[in-house]
Amino acid sequence: MLRCSAIVAVWFVLASSMVAAQPAVQVNFSQVQGPRPLEEQTKTAAIHGYLKSWQSMSEAFEQNRVDILDAEFVGAARDKLADTIGEQAKLGIQTRYQDRAHHIQFVFYSPEGVSIELIDQVEYDLQVIDHGKPVSTVPVRARYVVVLTPSEVQWRVRVMQADSE
Amino acid sequence: MKAVLTLLPASLLVAAIHAVNAQDVTLRLPKSIEAGSALSIENAGGGEATLYVVGPAQVLKRDVKAGEAAYFPAKSLYNAGHYIVILAQASGAKTGSFDVTPSSAPDKLSFLANPSRLPVGVRHGISGAVYVFDAYGNLITAPTPVSFELSTPSGATQKDHLTTSVGRAWTQMDSTSQQGQSKFVARVGQVTSERIIRQVPGDPCTLRMRSQQAGQQLELQTDPVRDCSGNAVPDGTIVTVTETYPGGKSTVDVPLKRDIAEVKMPVHSGARFSVASGVVLGNQIGGEK
Repeated sequence: MLRCSAIVAVWFVLASSMVAAQPAVQVNFSQVQGPRPLEEQTKTAAIHGYLKSWQSMSEAFEQNRVDILDAEFVGAARDKLADTIGEQAKLGIQTRYQDRAHHIQFVFYSPEGVSIELIDQVEYDLQVIDHGKPVSTVPVRARYVVVLTPSEVQWRVRVMQADSE
Repeated sequence: MKAVLTLLPASLLVAAIHAVNAQDVTLRLPKSIEAGSALSIENAGGGEATLYVVGPAQVLKRDVKAGEAAYFPAKSLYNAGHYIVILAQASGAKTGSFDVTPSSAPDKLSFLANPSRLPVGVRHGISGAVYVFDAYGNLITAPTPVSFELSTPSGATQKDHLTTSVGRAWTQMDSTSQQGQSKFVARVGQVTSERIIRQVPGDPCTLRMRSQQAGQQLELQTDPVRDCSGNAVPDGTIVTVTETYPGGKSTVDVPLKRDIAEVKMPVHSGARFSVASGVVLGNQIGGEK
């Protein structure tokens, strides 16, 4: 069982294509449950995949394009987000999710290494645009429960579900 | 307002009035509703407005008259998440938020069991992790009792009773001493998910070889080869017989057939025969010539 007490605070530099301001990212591995040690390479890949998923989600929701989700989301998470994008398109809405800060806590690494669960206290701005006209921008704090699974050569988001902090 | 409220179910009325969670006091929201429940959003004010309920998991838009309650019937919002409510008018926007929580009734399990095949007698060799979902595919994050059960063809069972943490639980179990197919079941309430784990014999435990002279050759035959739990090692498992003699060495790989390996080898002067399978070494026999 991994009991890593280190709290790693990092400013994550994502892909160079990311134009918007980088979110502040704090990661905590001290509460990971499961019999399997979480290797450094796995930690890095999982964090990268998760943060990239926010970037993809933001672009997909802003452009109402489901295909952008495919690289980072899979299964139920992908289907739910795709349905929401479909609803947005029907209603003439676009939304812009700009993540400002992530406080990520890894809570589970499954025995055979086929899933990682994390909790992220996220701070982001949500802007709603209706038929091209900005309606409102709302600062949001929420707790996201996320399950990542390995897919091809990266970790993808399979479950992404929020509630209040 | 009174007329509208009398049409609402009592639970909804309580939810709407009990916990006001709006940043703007003129927007009255429940703090949370269960997935699939009806929802009423009340606001004070006047004039035409557009109401948005927005989250990554779902989005709703409704033209409303400010000052009237907007009623969303059951199953309007079914994806768990944190939702932002915006009441937009020409004069500005009022905002608030609420949660849609997963239903407490489990409906689906995502059961990850590994491996599907392993040798008998491996401590903590079988692992299972389960994620619990409601009928809408929401991860039930509230603590929920889960049981795991591994049963062998002989009827022996291993059980583990746990409570989920943030929607999941996991266990590890030992493979049993008997080969065959075992059922590995995860159960949450009436919902079950089953996996088949095939337990195969382990490596040979001991190897014993006998010999019999057959003309110029020596006929070598093993005793039935079994693992340390007494299970017959599968046919086809390679047993290696090595003859070592002054000035030379010859080796023959023989597959097990009906638990036994047999081979005839020429006998050289001063030869000794040894038998091995994998990392297990058997006895040695001296050849006679």
